Amino acid sequence: MVLAQRRSQSVAYLFLGPWLLGAIGLTVAPMVVSLYLSFTDYDLFNEPRWVGFGNYAKLFGDDPRYLHSVGVTLRYVAWSVPLKLVLALAVALLLNSLRGKGQAFFRSAFYAPSLLGASVGLALAWRAIFDTWVDTPDHALITIVLLSAWQFGAPMVIFLAGLQQIPRDLFDAAAVDGAGWWRRLWSITLPMLSPVLFFNLVLETIHAFQAFTQAFVVSGGRGGPADSTLFYTLYLYERGFTEFRMGYASAMAWVLLVAVAVITAVLFRTSRYWVFYGDER
Amino acid sequence: MKRVAVFLLCLAALALVLYPIVWLISASLTPVEDLVANLRSLFPGRVTIDGYAGALEGAGGESFWTFLGNSTIVASGAVIGNVVSCSLAAYAFARLRFRLSGPLFAFALVTIMLPAHVTLIPQYVVFQRLEMIDTFVPLILPKLLATDAFFVFLMVQFMRGIPRELDEAAKIDGCGPIRSYRYVVLPLSRPAMVTTAIFTFIWTWNDFFSQLIYLSSTENYTIPMGLRLFIDQTSSSSYGPMFAMSVLSLVPIGLFFLAFQRFLVAGVATTGLKG
Repeated sequence: MVLAQRRSQSVAYLFLGPWLLGAIGLTVAPMVVSLYLSFTDYDLFNEPRWVGFGNYAKLFGDDPRYLHSVGVTLRYVAWSVPLKLVLALAVALLLNSLRGKGQAFFRSAFYAPSLLGASVGLALAWRAIFDTWVDTPDHALITIVLLSAWQFGAPMVIFLAGLQQIPRDLFDAAAVDGAGWWRRLWSITLPMLSPVLFFNLVLETIHAFQAFTQAFVVSGGRGGPADSTLFYTLYLYERGFTEFRMGYASAMAWVLLVAVAVITAVLFRTSRYWVFYGDER
Repeated sequence: MKRVAVFLLCLAALALVLYPIVWLISASLTPVEDLVANLRSLFPGRVTIDGYAGALEGAGGESFWTFLGNSTIVASGAVIGNVVSCSLAAYAFARLRFRLSGPLFAFALVTIMLPAHVTLIPQYVVFQRLEMIDTFVPLILPKLLATDAFFVFLMVQFMRGIPRELDEAAKIDGCGPIRSYRYVVLPLSRPAMVTTAIFTFIWTWNDFFSQLIYLSSTENYTIPMGLRLFIDQTSSSSYGPMFAMSVLSLVPIGLFFLAFQRFLVAGVATTGLKG
């Protein structure tokens, strides 16, 4: 029996082998190393030189472009995430009142941009369609926000699946009580949908912080004009992989990780006030 | 009556949403002079396939077929890697008992949320030391090691839904975990495998960041990197080939979408997959 158990243990680790190797070799170890590198000056060719909190101090005290890129990214997140989710919810509500083939057709069709929008090819088209906006610092960021919002299909599909889980008798009962459309939306649909809304919000926020390809393509790879689309990841790429200041870029990566973790934690904290789970009493 | 109104509203919204795609296809078929004169008009009248001829010639001294071949190698490697490695790990998490299975699975879930940037630089340094920069190894190896933990999660969810009685029956018939994985769980997990394969293909096909970092010579460029050669060019004379190559780059995604849309939409709806 003991032998059999031990055998099943080793068989389990056999199955787990590739993942475990990746988890240690490509995730845990690199995280530790990048944390170390973030306290050094490192250019890939010379040995890392310890500088303590030097990189972090420079980031927040002596690098206006860095702070600017933080601002650009925060503005992007604050605009693109709500816009995308509102569009997704609105279209999901619309499709929910269709049935059968019509609903399936539109659901698929609206989902298509979520697959295409991440590509370089589509971003090039976007850049040409909005060519006058792309060249003005005041409007360039908006085009990238719109490109993100255009990909509302994925959260829409999740919303629609959530809407279909809501028991119909809730709406029937409310209708009998004389509740109008808005009232039902506010008092039944949104509370019942809040776990899905929360899920989409967390997911989209985390992804928005890491947006790269669209900004790179639309801005011609430099975050321009006048740094108006200098996303966090774009600046990280510039420092790390065109200037090879890898210690500095590692510090940027760790600040990003902490920021994303803190914001996720805050969202989870607030969720207890507005997310309604059906089994609560 | 109300249903008709909703239907019409959906059609109008769809026209708006599909506009950029239609515009791109139209632009790829428009003579450059007409395009420059009136960039935003759809269907300007004259049609040319010069853009496609230029696109097939490629960019930076390499033909489009080189880019296509490279993209295909990278995407196929990623698909095979993800399907094999993620299904192995998922089987262990879903079916086998072992110490640390709880904490390890929790760790796998956390890595889904982890920004890739915190592991990027040391990974790059290691691949550079191994002289593997400008090869496909850094793009495929991580998939062979199941770093896309999302798919592990997706398959675990699916495998948990497969009745345990089937494994038990196989066990009584003398199947160990390896044969039970191979002959019972794997065949029944086909929908999850297909979903993983399609999404891995599309994401890898579209991927730009890691290819930008790891590929440096034009002969190793994938399609997104080939398109990148157009980004820096401000002259409008390259518009034709650029838009034509953009369309060509999207064709495989379009075909996959048409063929597998049910899998794709169902995958998103049940797991919250990011499309």
